[in-house]
Amino acid sequence: MIAGVTYTFKIFRYDGKEPENAPRFATYLINVLPDSLVLSALLRIRDEIDGTLAFRSSCRSAVCGSCAMVMNGKIELACRTQVASLGKDTIILEPLPNFEIIKDLAVDMTPFWKMYERVKPWLMRKSPVPPEELRQSEEERNRIDQFVNCILCAACYGACPVPARDPEYPGPAALAKLERFVLDSRDERPLGILEGLNNENGLWGCDTLFKCIDACPKEVRPTDAIVGLRKALVKHKFKKLLGMVKDEA
Amino acid sequence: MLHHDIIIVGGGLAGLRAAVGLCDRYDVGLFSKVHPIRSHSIAAQGGVNAALGNNPEGKDDSWEKHSFDTIKGSDYLADQNAVELMCREAIDIVYEMEHWGCPFSRFSDGTIAQRPFGGAGFPRTCYSADLTGHVLLNTLYEKAVSKRIAIYEEWHVLSLAADGERCYGIIALDFKKGEIVPVCAPATLFATGGYGRVFQYSTNALINTGSGIGIAYKAGVPVKDMEFVQFHPTGLIGTNILITEAARGEGGWLTNSQGERFMQRYAPNALELAPRDIVSRCIQKEIEEGRGFEHPLGTYINLDLRHLGEEKIQKKLPGIRNICKDFIGLDPVYEPIPIMPCQHYSMGGIDTNIRCETALPGFYAAGECACVSVHGANRLGGNSLLDTIVFGKAAVSSIHEYMQENNVKREETLLEDLEKKWARKIACLTEGQARPFRLLAQLGKTMSDHVGIFRDREKLSQALNDIAALKEEYGRVGVSSAHRHMNYELMNAIELEYILEVAQAIALGALRREESRGAHCRREFSLRNDEEWLKHSLIERGRDGDPLISYSDVTITKYQPRERTY
Repeated sequence: MIAGVTYTFKIFRYDGKEPENAPRFATYLINVLPDSLVLSALLRIRDEIDGTLAFRSSCRSAVCGSCAMVMNGKIELACRTQVASLGKDTIILEPLPNFEIIKDLAVDMTPFWKMYERVKPWLMRKSPVPPEELRQSEEERNRIDQFVNCILCAACYGACPVPARDPEYPGPAALAKLERFVLDSRDERPLGILEGLNNENGLWGCDTLFKCIDACPKEVRPTDAIVGLRKALVKHKFKKLLGMVKDEA
Repeated sequence: MLHHDIIIVGGGLAGLRAAVGLCDRYDVGLFSKVHPIRSHSIAAQGGVNAALGNNPEGKDDSWEKHSFDTIKGSDYLADQNAVELMCREAIDIVYEMEHWGCPFSRFSDGTIAQRPFGGAGFPRTCYSADLTGHVLLNTLYEKAVSKRIAIYEEWHVLSLAADGERCYGIIALDFKKGEIVPVCAPATLFATGGYGRVFQYSTNALINTGSGIGIAYKAGVPVKDMEFVQFHPTGLIGTNILITEAARGEGGWLTNSQGERFMQRYAPNALELAPRDIVSRCIQKEIEEGRGFEHPLGTYINLDLRHLGEEKIQKKLPGIRNICKDFIGLDPVYEPIPIMPCQHYSMGGIDTNIRCETALPGFYAAGECACVSVHGANRLGGNSLLDTIVFGKAAVSSIHEYMQENNVKREETLLEDLEKKWARKIACLTEGQARPFRLLAQLGKTMSDHVGIFRDREKLSQALNDIAALKEEYGRVGVSSAHRHMNYELMNAIELEYILEVAQAIALGALRREESRGAHCRREFSLRNDEEWLKHSLIERGRDGDPLISYSDVTITKYQPRERTY
């Protein structure tokens, strides 16, 4: 047997249904193997110590995006973070910033999904499709690869400084999703729709602090997407100025 | 009370595909206990099978050959008409997903890339690196968003509203608000996924409890072939996270502690790409005969990718490389991956025909929770994603016909009574002392120990006794708080009742089936016995709550059962 180590977990507790009770940190002592994952520790705390603790989890393998949270100040997925990697014997767990709290570590993701829907995240075609697949070169497929990898965990949205001051800002994940389609060789969306984002609440709202890139557990670089969309927008406006594209509805 | 034309439960591939097909004509409400994008379809890695013939080595492939491989893979228990439907549809399904935006990996000519997979005569598995479930689920969710489908995320189903004659809807729990809500609809489709978490060692997500199957069973719907449980050969030791079959499809080797590629002894032609039931048994045998590696987390076998080289691993299996780095701290470019067989897939499930219809009018099932059966006694890799989308789509026409032909009256009183019953039941749940996690852990251990890869009468009887004891203990189940919102312990307790029924059906089906077929391997009956056992097991809940077992014929079209060698 490998010996376990006792860790102190201080976990943010708050129930949105009982706003009269102020948020607090509850302390739990638990003996785990150092290479245990934070999610395993959380599950054990809920099972063995406090059945009322609320947090989301599902796949346990860093693909479903359920369990992004703040661990000792750093945003990560609880399922792939080893307890020992946090480097302390006291571990503070807090919910993702920039969201309302439903209960404990579970936040209300509604604003995140609203922004996702706002960018119209689906493939748009005007020309008819062939009976077989639309051809796409390996190079064209690779161009969208990093944005395809996004698991919509909202770690980037939690890390971004902009949503706190501007709730209208779409946030890194939504813009990365938009860029995933704009860059897709099969997508035929009119680039005029980017004009709706041509303002301080949209593409120009990003402070380019790269917090989203640091927070992403999947090596997606949303800032690249935002810079790419800005370029596409400017290019589109030039083309329009030169009469190379018609006004689009 | 909510009203919809059609209720869909489950936001994975099958549920979303059905919703997308029905929402233009009907008012669809999709209920999912997690946000749809968190559904377990997201975790599928290797790919989806369709005889496109894009691979230069697959030019002679056809949907008929795909059917044959699937039927042989199923150890001849699959219904051949259902398999033919699935394999024929596969081609259009993959093109449709591509047209909807699915970013498949590509060959240099721009066509969808295809790789070899276990038990398949041709390289026909379409993929996107090793994240195929991720890209398919995102694409279908994107389609659902574009169609503005009403999605109730984080709503749990407590029970079906049915009177034995017909299904009238569901009783749901809005988990965020904590409200019990009856939902009334003429048609209900379950796409609730498999029962992996019944086992201690499973690659499945924590949400895959099989409770949807248990809910249907308790409402009187028969379940089929529950004893057929797929154990995936390559689950990572410790966390049991799936290491895709594509790792072997791309050329990975399995080696034992003597450095031997032992599959050469068991399946000299297919080697590591024999079907999963066979490879899992071989690994288990190597381990039992002392040729595994000892580790504090369990005995393991090596999955060696080193000879593939960094470039290929990074290009074809980037997700696997990340999983190894994150969860076991090794890089498969330099070290073999320690693996063990783990529960992975539920071949059995709610008994349906090829139209997704169940014995209960107005109630349908599709995807892993259903048993059509297209996988029979053993599913081939790359056929589960296919099953979800093909039968999610098949449910569309069946439900459409039902809606046209039936004018179902609303049974609001039945729904209201159930709502009150659930409110009372939940309020009482704080009184019990048996914690749900303890009962579930005991169940998982029993199932993994006694209903695993190799089975015998003694172990299976033991499992049934343990399950009976746990069912009795469930009468004393209790939770810390009766609050209904975001109370995961409460949901665990509610689901456990259904999980126990599912476990009982698996163990009972396994005890009764006195032969070895596909994933079901009995030590005392080591051969397949077509004379007596070429039939589906059906289990129905009797009036006294005890399971009643019966059997039904397998549909054979043109593939007569033969010996299965690879």
